[in-house]
Amino acid sequence: MKVDWNEFWVKVVDATGETVYMVLVTLALSGVLGTVVGLALFATRKGGILRNRVVFAVLNALINVIRPIPFIIAIVALSPVTRSVVGTMIGTEAAIFPMVVVATFGVARIVEGNLLSVEPGVIEAARSMGASPVRIIVTVLVPEALGPLVLGFTFMLVALIDFSAVAGTVGGGGVGNLAMTYGYLRFDTSVMVVAVAVLVVLVQLAQLLGNFLARKVLRR
Amino acid sequence: MIELRDVTKTFPSGPSGPSSASKGSGRDGKKRAEGGFTAVDGVSLTIDRGSVFGIVGHSGAGKSTLLRLVNYLEEPTSGSVLVDGQDLGALSERRRRAVRRSIGMVFQQFNLFRSRTVLGNVAYPLKLAGLGRAEARERAEEVLRFVGLEEYARRYPEQLSGGQRQRVGIARALATSPGVLLCDEATSALDPQTTQEVLALLKRVGGELGVTIVLITHEMEVVRGICDKVAVMEAGKVVETGGVYDVFARPRHPTTEAFVRSALQDLPEAATWDRLRARHGGRLVTVPVTENGAAGTRELSRLLREHAVDFTVAHAGVAEVQDRPLGSVTLELRGADEDIDAVLLHLASRTTVGAR
Ligand SMILES: Nc1ncnc2c1ncn2[C@@H]1O[C@H](COP(=O)(O)OP(=O)(O)OP(=O)(O)O)[C@@H](O)[C@H]1O
Ligand SMILES: [Mg+2]
Repeated sequence: MKVDWNEFWVKVVDATGETVYMVLVTLALSGVLGTVVGLALFATRKGGILRNRVVFAVLNALINVIRPIPFIIAIVALSPVTRSVVGTMIGTEAAIFPMVVVATFGVARIVEGNLLSVEPGVIEAARSMGASPVRIIVTVLVPEALGPLVLGFTFMLVALIDFSAVAGTVGGGGVGNLAMTYGYLRFDTSVMVVAVAVLVVLVQLAQLLGNFLARKVLRR
Repeated sequence: MIELRDVTKTFPSGPSGPSSASKGSGRDGKKRAEGGFTAVDGVSLTIDRGSVFGIVGHSGAGKSTLLRLVNYLEEPTSGSVLVDGQDLGALSERRRRAVRRSIGMVFQQFNLFRSRTVLGNVAYPLKLAGLGRAEARERAEEVLRFVGLEEYARRYPEQLSGGQRQRVGIARALATSPGVLLCDEATSALDPQTTQEVLALLKRVGGELGVTIVLITHEMEVVRGICDKVAVMEAGKVVETGGVYDVFARPRHPTTEAFVRSALQDLPEAATWDRLRARHGGRLVTVPVTENGAAGTRELSRLLREHAVDFTVAHAGVAEVQDRPLGSVTLELRGADEDIDAVLLHLASRTTVGAR
């Protein structure tokens, strides 16, 4: 049974909206949480400005456990937690929860890595001026690493579009769900093509935006 | 006034630290303390208010570590650091941060914030000190005028030359009107001409603003140019300290001697002696040139006239140290043997001469 494109495009628009919603909400939540974890990781490491062996070891171990889990497995493994937090295991909201969990730790590594790339001399300069550790993080480290951070977040944004499509195929909403339900289960190639096209366009837009912002920040 | 009392800094040894067996095993004869590496070893120094104090030493001597101890960026393993009579070790980290605001620091690699403009860099310590936007801006512009960079306020560090960047670094360090400026190899990344410009600026900082300057360098030329006092470091220890002219005129430690000779370039080296002897048939004699020239060259002139001995300048090196001449001149003496002997005998009784 092929879809009737005269009516079906509404579903495509809705699904695209859902995908965008899922991705942006996830990016916002995991962006904040991941940045906090990443900053903590950076600051508590050996030789860091707030070194704390225990906090670092716990965070580091947690990330190393969560990160290698394939996203599709994470969705399933987290589903009991998802149900108790969100109240359901299907739909857009239910998809957002595992996405946030996984993305948070991805963002944390990106933030940690980019902060490590800031020249230690600049931190030393700020210390010599009497800046406190928190002040250094907020007014030196983050601004100095902003260019690479923007690119890192762009990378995360693109990965989230991918995540959202995966989540869609197993009960989440959005374009992935559309492709699964109509394109795959009903063998409608046209839906598949449109779904892929939508994803490609979204990824392109995300990358363009990221590159634009990074160029602004880096002044080149 | 800054006072270091028997300050020692031992870094704990780590697997990748410089004290691991692969690297630290006695290079430059440096000690590997049990369970760590002693970068600064029992140093006591007094740095007077308003003076320009130089610290020289070869790479790895512990100069940077010593400087970082002064503003407690590094905590001493033992000993105490006093700034204006205040023992930094007795303060909380919070109070220490307040003290750091009264001690500016300048770095070899400038360490400017790339995300901020020149103005933003200079305004940063002012914001830390609690100034409002407008006030910080006004003061930052004032300091930029002092270093001659007011027109570059809107630029970013990467749009400046090395010398300009260091002037921004100095402006940033001076923004909060600190009483002390710590300079870690502030000119080592610069070419000779730019080095002179930056040194001239530092001189003004000391002279016009009365800031106490502690300056680290491995170039004795820098010490000669602007320092009042100097300490020579080797393997974590201060091996010699004193007024710059005295240390230049009478170096006691071999390391100091080597540093002084490299700066003055006045004594012929061994190979040069060979060439001088091949070129000059007469007797060669080296006479020191000091601030009281009477003891050396003026006396010589009279002696040569009295004994009818001729001379030719074979080699010479005289520089100004603290606005006073210092160096030596090597002469070829020609005349009757007994006359030359008489000249040398007289001369030797008044001053140290080296004859070959
Ligand atoms: N954080 C550290 N941990 C372990 N060892 C250190 C540390 N910092 C410095 N050192 C060691 O202490 C010694 C002195 O270092 P320092 O940087 O003070 O030398 P320096 O005189 O400033 O040398 P340079 O002229 O090359 O800058 C060196 O051997 C160095 O490897
Ligand atoms: Mg150094």
